[in-house]
Amino acid sequence: MTWLTWRQFRIPALSVFAALAAIGVVLVISGMEMRGETNFSDQEFMYSVTLLVMYALPAVLGVFWGVPMVTRELEAGTHSLVWNQTVTRKQWLTTKLVVGVLTAMVAAGLLSLAVTWWTSPIDALADADPQATTTARMSPVVFDARGIAPIGYAAFAFVLGIAFGIALRRTVTAMAITLVAFVAVMVAVPFLVRPYILPPSEETVTVTDSNIWQIRGNENMDLDEIAVMEPAGSWALTNETVDRAGNTVSPLPASLHPCLPPLPGREAGVAAAPLDRLPDECIAQGFADLGYKQRLVYQPASHFWPLQWIELAFFLALSALVTWFCFRRIRHVS
Amino acid sequence: MTVLSARGVGKKYKRKWALSNCTLEIEAGHVTGLVGPNGAGKSTLLNIASGMLEPTTGTIEVCGGVPGSGPEQLAKVGYVAQNTPVYTALSVEEHLRFGAKLNPSWDDKLAQHRIERIGLDPKQAAGKLSGGQRAQLALTIGIAKRPELLLLDEPVAALDPLARREFLSDLMEAVAEHGLSVVMSSHLVADLERVCDHVVVLVDSQVRVAGDVEELLASHHRLSGPRRDVDTLPSDQQVISANHTNRQTTVFVRTEAPILDPAWTVGQPSLEDLVLEYMSNPVPTRPALEVLR
Repeated sequence: MTWLTWRQFRIPALSVFAALAAIGVVLVISGMEMRGETNFSDQEFMYSVTLLVMYALPAVLGVFWGVPMVTRELEAGTHSLVWNQTVTRKQWLTTKLVVGVLTAMVAAGLLSLAVTWWTSPIDALADADPQATTTARMSPVVFDARGIAPIGYAAFAFVLGIAFGIALRRTVTAMAITLVAFVAVMVAVPFLVRPYILPPSEETVTVTDSNIWQIRGNENMDLDEIAVMEPAGSWALTNETVDRAGNTVSPLPASLHPCLPPLPGREAGVAAAPLDRLPDECIAQGFADLGYKQRLVYQPASHFWPLQWIELAFFLALSALVTWFCFRRIRHVS
Repeated sequence: MTVLSARGVGKKYKRKWALSNCTLEIEAGHVTGLVGPNGAGKSTLLNIASGMLEPTTGTIEVCGGVPGSGPEQLAKVGYVAQNTPVYTALSVEEHLRFGAKLNPSWDDKLAQHRIERIGLDPKQAAGKLSGGQRAQLALTIGIAKRPELLLLDEPVAALDPLARREFLSDLMEAVAEHGLSVVMSSHLVADLERVCDHVVVLVDSQVRVAGDVEELLASHHRLSGPRRDVDTLPSDQQVISANHTNRQTTVFVRTEAPILDPAWTVGQPSLEDLVLEYMSNPVPTRPALEVLR
């Protein structure tokens, strides 16, 4: 059975690995030059490409390896040939899943290894910079494309492809549904699961004119909310203003509105007192007067590897669940 | 000994029954033809017997086991599906390799010999074979697995007359050589006549008639004579069909006894006649009255 599975699978498998090898060579050559540098502004394009490839690979494996592995047999009717040899459907499915899942995990692991190595100097800079919240490794956009979590994504996407292939039996439909379902899970997990697995760090900081990071106004340019600087390399879940009792204050009270310059074009008579201070100083003073502080809830940079392992385990568990469905379902396929 | 025994087997797809309450016994050591109109449930029955489908109702036993229940059962039953599917990307040679890898009972000598005799190029991709060659390849895999029972679902439907004849004579040879039982479905009675010694006529998933072809032919008669009422026929004659014109009556009867009435002109039907009479008359015109015999 392994021979047959590999014989059917070798062309899609080799094409993906050939593409990965090409990507790997480019990353190694470029990565060698980047060692020891500190300015990576000319690597922006490559950086985006690595992110894109990391997101695309699991989906490609699910759609182009997983789905056709079963639908091609069901569509061509060859399942009735192979299931009538001395091989049970269970053995048939087990072999396909083992060969496919392991190959998919190896493919994703190798790519992630190359990408994680290539971006390591960029990531190190981002993790040390409190301003670089979207490029820190903990930020969801980057987290999904680093370390060992992609191995779990690849395994999950592959079994998802097999499951929809068995359930829908038609290649194109199953490919489309697999893609949609996989993307949905990938979008949902960083919002609904990842923030809550490990208890986040929490602190309440006093607002000073040096730690205000963002000031947001509403459409009238009235002060709405502010955010303070987050710890470097962390993934902030909450950055909100609280009063003395610890209740959330949103939007900020009108007494703080004069801290922002008036909207140009407003009637001159209504204009607020001229600004004698910078907005940051004014807000910090206002916060001190009102007893407001800023509450921060975040996953610190130190949670990166524990969360990577948890994410891998979570996706492997999801894959196991989908696999269980496949085995249940295959009994009733004809 | 029965090789296939079905009791009240039914299969329902969504709302429609493809096969309902089918009770059937097929004896071992024969080539049994399964005939019936389209939609009679022949393919469904064979699919159930091979384990491809699960019956919705009833029980079926094939070679002493539940179809598709495990490797031992799968080894005993060979099945060549309708349209004889093969892997288009794999070569003929690779198909034999596939058979050898997947079947502990594989007879490689037999497979190689057959491929050579049929004249298939081992290096050729199966997708480039003609319909007849493909059917031969699928049959080779089915036979070389050395099953006790080989199920063939319309194996010759897609073949031209010459390829059909070759395929069937080839099948006969394999049957004679290896003593396997065969159940094959077809709606081409002429083909079955050439190879089958037993026949089962399935109409609306009910067995209308089943038995040894020669015995069936010997016990069925087409009688024609002056017009008369069917009820006046001897009670041991089961009337399958009756046709009347102004002056003449033609009846198709089944009886073990000789036809003694001199008013009849007795005609011997072919298997095709017999099957068609049963297929076109789903309900017997007058059943035989056994008790009066």
